[in-house]
Amino acid sequence: MLLVLEQALNGVQFGVTLFLMAAGLTLVFGIMNLVNLAHGALYMMGAYLAATFFQRTGSFLLAVVLALAATLVIGVIVEVLALRTLYERDHLDQVLATFGLILFFNEMVAVVWGRAAIYTKLPPALAGHVELLPGLRYPLYRTVVIVVGLAVAVLLWVVVNRTRLGMLIRAGAANRTMVAALGVNIRLLYTLVFGLGAALAGLAGLMAGPIYAVQIGMGEQILIQVFVVIVIGGIGSIRGALVGALVVGMVDTLGRAFLRPMLAAVLGPGAADNAGPALASMLIYILMAAVLFFRPQGLFPTATAR
Amino acid sequence: MTRRGLLLAAVGLGLLALVPPVAAAIGQPFYVDVFRRIMIFAIAAVSLDLILGYGGMVSFGHAAYLGVGAYAVGIPAYYGIENGFVQWPLAMLASAAAALVIGAISLRTSGVSFIMITLAFAQMLFYLAISMELFGGDDGMRLARRSAFAGVVDLKNGTTFYYVVLVLLVGALAIGHVLVNSRFGMVIRGAKSNESRMRAIGFSTFPYKLVAFMIAGAMCGLAGALLVNHTDYMSPAFMHWTRSGDIMFMVILGGMGTLSGPVLGAVVLRVLEDLLLPAWTEHWQAILGPFLVLVVIFAKRGLIGLLPERND
Repeated sequence: MLLVLEQALNGVQFGVTLFLMAAGLTLVFGIMNLVNLAHGALYMMGAYLAATFFQRTGSFLLAVVLALAATLVIGVIVEVLALRTLYERDHLDQVLATFGLILFFNEMVAVVWGRAAIYTKLPPALAGHVELLPGLRYPLYRTVVIVVGLAVAVLLWVVVNRTRLGMLIRAGAANRTMVAALGVNIRLLYTLVFGLGAALAGLAGLMAGPIYAVQIGMGEQILIQVFVVIVIGGIGSIRGALVGALVVGMVDTLGRAFLRPMLAAVLGPGAADNAGPALASMLIYILMAAVLFFRPQGLFPTATAR
Repeated sequence: MTRRGLLLAAVGLGLLALVPPVAAAIGQPFYVDVFRRIMIFAIAAVSLDLILGYGGMVSFGHAAYLGVGAYAVGIPAYYGIENGFVQWPLAMLASAAAALVIGAISLRTSGVSFIMITLAFAQMLFYLAISMELFGGDDGMRLARRSAFAGVVDLKNGTTFYYVVLVLLVGALAIGHVLVNSRFGMVIRGAKSNESRMRAIGFSTFPYKLVAFMIAGAMCGLAGALLVNHTDYMSPAFMHWTRSGDIMFMVILGGMGTLSGPVLGAVVLRVLEDLLLPAWTEHWQAILGPFLVLVVIFAKRGLIGLLPERND
């Protein structure tokens, strides 16, 4: 039972990481109507930069702040240089151009950091375990990740629903021409939203760094899972992103942990050893197919999603 | 296709036919291999263009069929079935079946969901291939022997295999030409330019699009069967999502919505990726990436679109 709880917490932790990615991606899509494959590259940059800053400065907190600022700046530069011209183009052009950006970022990382994976140590203050329930000891760092992720989700909800910036974001998603006609600098708003999304991806990446290996291609692996999240949740919807992320994180983690023993009980160990891992890695895609079969628009469709 | 287009295509294919004798003459048989690989990708690119360029279906998971086709050759070979007359149709059937399932679900959506879903399904098949330990898992598996055609053709001979691929490429282009200009093709193209109008005049577009999706899948599956014979190896890497991006780039680079475009795109991209850029710098992808961005931003109609136009 404790094992199930622990794996469920791992699922939440993965889900929270997925949410940070999905929120940025879905915001950018909802407002600018831009499909950004390079979102995963920003995740990767966040992880690499934080690892490097941590090594250089010795302070984890400082590294987090610097890496967040840096991914925000990278996001803004990418938006101004390349993506700005793509807003009016069709999705095919956006997919290809951002695919090109991925090739560029991956190769630049290879130039700067080399192709070998980097493993970062946790700062001593975050290295231990906490006892969440009597008998349930859970790594402190993962607990922090969950708390930070949920806090960002709340913060994002407040920003989008309770501030002037959020009002502009929602208005921009509904009708950009009208917002521009009312005298809002829509270009600046776009750049701002893109930078915010980039920083969220960077945050997801830098928090994932100490848990998984920091390596080239880490961004794309999670990006495709984030696509599954967004498709399940409904494109453009932050609420959908949160629900989708938690569901996908949970299904994926629990599937990997328990599918093989469960199959072994039914089919016998031999067949389960073959089918278990295969099925576990396909589980979220099967889930996506099932959701789409019944609700092609996802669980929380938005009126503005195109 | 106009007479000028037909002439261009004939010249291009004629040049491809000259590769083996020229390579033999200059003592560089290596180029036969290079261009055979190029033509295999050209078949894959043509198949993608049928749904992407003519049908407006932005499938970002096309490499999945390359993988299905490859495994549909490699797995029977593992069990001793080496007859190409069995393997290759099986590769096309299996890919068409995969396209049926993927298409039936993903074509219910459109736009950006469609892109994400096709990508996700390709990724699912990629992970499936990785988890099949019996067939090499992550590393893939060597193909013990190339497909055998009962003495009709011998693929072990590199030049023979080259011309087999060339003939199949011409076949793919011919089928594409007939399809695109048929009533079926008109419906697909109509659905691309205005789907609701097509529905309004009484066409149920879904089955048409699904069949087009399956034809493209089968064609790409054949390319997969060729690819596994070409490399003597099958690997999950055939289905890697960057491969899908690669094939899509070939179509755009050459000029989508044309038949010669994808072939031209395959030639240019593969020559850049396999020959020119790696010779220049190890980090050639850092150059290819921005190049791709520039092509998308400035050369919307691809290389074909850069040719001077007369009357079409």
